[in-house]
Amino acid sequence: MHQTFDAVLGINLLHVNQQGADHNRAHFDKWGIICFNIMSSPGAGKTALLERTLVALSHELKIAVIEGDMTTDLDAERLRKYGVPVIAINTGRSCHLDSKMVAGGIHQLEHEYNPSDFDLVLVENVGNLVCPAEFEVGEHAKVALLSITEGEDKPLKYPIMFQEADCLLITKIDLAPYLDIDISRIEANIRQMNPNVEIISVSTKTGEGLEVWFDWVRRRATASQETSQVFQQH
Amino acid sequence: MTKALILSVKDWWESQPERPEISQVHLIVGKFTCVEPASLQFAFEVQTHNTFLEKAKLNIQETPLIAFCDRCQQEYLPQIGLQYSCPECNSPMEDIRSGRELKIDRIEYAYASNI
Repeated sequence: MHQTFDAVLGINLLHVNQQGADHNRAHFDKWGIICFNIMSSPGAGKTALLERTLVALSHELKIAVIEGDMTTDLDAERLRKYGVPVIAINTGRSCHLDSKMVAGGIHQLEHEYNPSDFDLVLVENVGNLVCPAEFEVGEHAKVALLSITEGEDKPLKYPIMFQEADCLLITKIDLAPYLDIDISRIEANIRQMNPNVEIISVSTKTGEGLEVWFDWVRRRATASQETSQVFQQH
Repeated sequence: MTKALILSVKDWWESQPERPEISQVHLIVGKFTCVEPASLQFAFEVQTHNTFLEKAKLNIQETPLIAFCDRCQQEYLPQIGLQYSCPECNSPMEDIRSGRELKIDRIEYAYASNI
């Protein structure tokens, strides 16, 4: 018989991922970059939102995209047309990005470009409403998308994603006339668990609401630059 | 998630000078997380095969979702999937007292001292 010992750890199950995320964020902070983690179910319109965002903002902000996709390079190809660096990360069978995968993307950015030139890194996560919510990648804000075709009850069924979000975009609102959906009900369901989240209704097809989203991005990016200047002065 | 768990345990194991044999890993998993205990249990068995955790059993203790309503000054049990706001006054769920845990509570281990 050998003696059994007991080690009380009390550490988070995601401890290693969290350390990696903090490490990534420290890199971003050093370079004066703000990073958003963009999450939704597949087909809610993450890539379309990024397309519109790159067109509208890449003249005033220096943007790079880290693109998570399970097996293909299709989304990355779509975004490269806009003339910004797009770093593709194939997650293989993993249904979410973790901080280590994103660290690989950051090192590539560091290797191929001058990272201090950038203002904003947009991480497009794998389409999934469950796991990405638990895995921080080093972002400063979480942006979640919910398309109105998904139904009013999704925030209740996938609460962690909507509870963690700093900004929630209700997408495809141009389809509202064809659906039996109450957008105010979606908002009320989200506010049950996240009363202070910024909720913006948009359509990337008609452009409705996008200016509000661009302003939100600008505000967050500018606030980050000011912090970074203070950081550099001291 | 299983990979994340194994990595965190491995981190601890590698910090131990004598690399003990782990017999039990005790987890505390809240109901308000993205972890499904049965799936985690299964994935753990599969993914630890032929590793340093091969003989380790995973023990998962679940904790309920409990929120505190500031207005009513009392705790309540939100109904996951249905209703998160306070059943008395409808205030949003802001203060979560239990249910978000994803914790490796403790590890039971032994040294192969009888060789």
